[in-house]
Amino acid sequence: MRFEARVEITHLPGILDPQGANVERALPALGFENVSQVKVGKSIRLVVDSADEASARAELHEMCRRLLANPVIEAYRIELTALDGDGAEPWPEAGRAERSSTVEHGDGAEPWPEAGRAERSSTVEDGAAV
Amino acid sequence: MSARVGIVVFPGSNCEHDVAWVVEQLGGNAELVWHADRDLRGVDAVVIPGGFAHGDYLRTGAIARFSPIMDAVAAHAAAGGPVVGICNGFQVLTEAHLLPGALQKNAGLKFLCETVEIRVESTSTALTNASRVGDTLNVPINHFEGNYVCDADTLAELHADERVVFRYTDNPNGSLDDIAGICNAGRNVVGLMPHPERASDRLLGSTDGVVLLESLLVAASNGALAASA
Repeated sequence: MRFEARVEITHLPGILDPQGANVERALPALGFENVSQVKVGKSIRLVVDSADEASARAELHEMCRRLLANPVIEAYRIELTALDGDGAEPWPEAGRAERSSTVEHGDGAEPWPEAGRAERSSTVEDGAAV
Repeated sequence: MSARVGIVVFPGSNCEHDVAWVVEQLGGNAELVWHADRDLRGVDAVVIPGGFAHGDYLRTGAIARFSPIMDAVAAHAAAGGPVVGICNGFQVLTEAHLLPGALQKNAGLKFLCETVEIRVESTSTALTNASRVGDTLNVPINHFEGNYVCDADTLAELHADERVVFRYTDNPNGSLDDIAGICNAGRNVVGLMPHPERASDRLLGSTDGVVLLESLLVAASNGALAASA
């Protein structure tokens, strides 16, 4: 099976995020006084062929642990989407909502750990230009 | 026979010739070793020099860690051989898990290029055996990611075993506990952000780095003696 994966990498809680702190200081200058807890991380996209979703996810975790993230300072979050059907292309501008996604966190390394994540609703949206 | 110091060259390394020049000035034999090689050719000590190995893509040192030569560097370290990482080399050694912790962006979010003062905190290492505890050295730094960080357990371990080798006297980058350099448990692997090779001639404004590279040659010679005994 073919999956598209999006890996979001952020600083671990307690690790200084100087970029986030600077952005947080800059936004009020534009009038956004209502912003807090800004984190700046990075996003990695890839396509992986694997036997099934479980093995794809296991491989993504391994990639994150060994290369994509540094577990000493970074947390990661994996979003996996099956590219089922013939000719399904990753990162389409449209049609994304019709596909199912799952999101999983690295061991003990969750961004936004302050509140129970499962209790909050979240949506995944793409920008107009990807 | 003079000590042989292997200096690993990655695509993007840029301090290898500076290190080689000082090693030769001090009577050692400097040999550049390409990162794609698998063999250290029997050198007595290894230096991972400064620069931007593999463009610093993803994270500093993240890709360099998987260069073919790194298996030989790890084996050399495991056998007790001296390994020193300077600046980007320090970042590579943490990514390779030869030293604990990580180097993140400077707290001030500025690339720092200035001479700083560091204090020698331990002399029982491959890079400080010819210096004295409490010596202060003026050595240049030249980095964006020099802000040392590790978890509380690791820091406690570093303190307990006196593995903090250098501290900044005036912390320039936000490093935890003013740490400028550390060593491994065996004290043969040392990483530091300042560049001793750039403080090795009066023309450069400081010769304070010489004692560190002399120490490395002493450690390399001892290793060579042990190997031939």
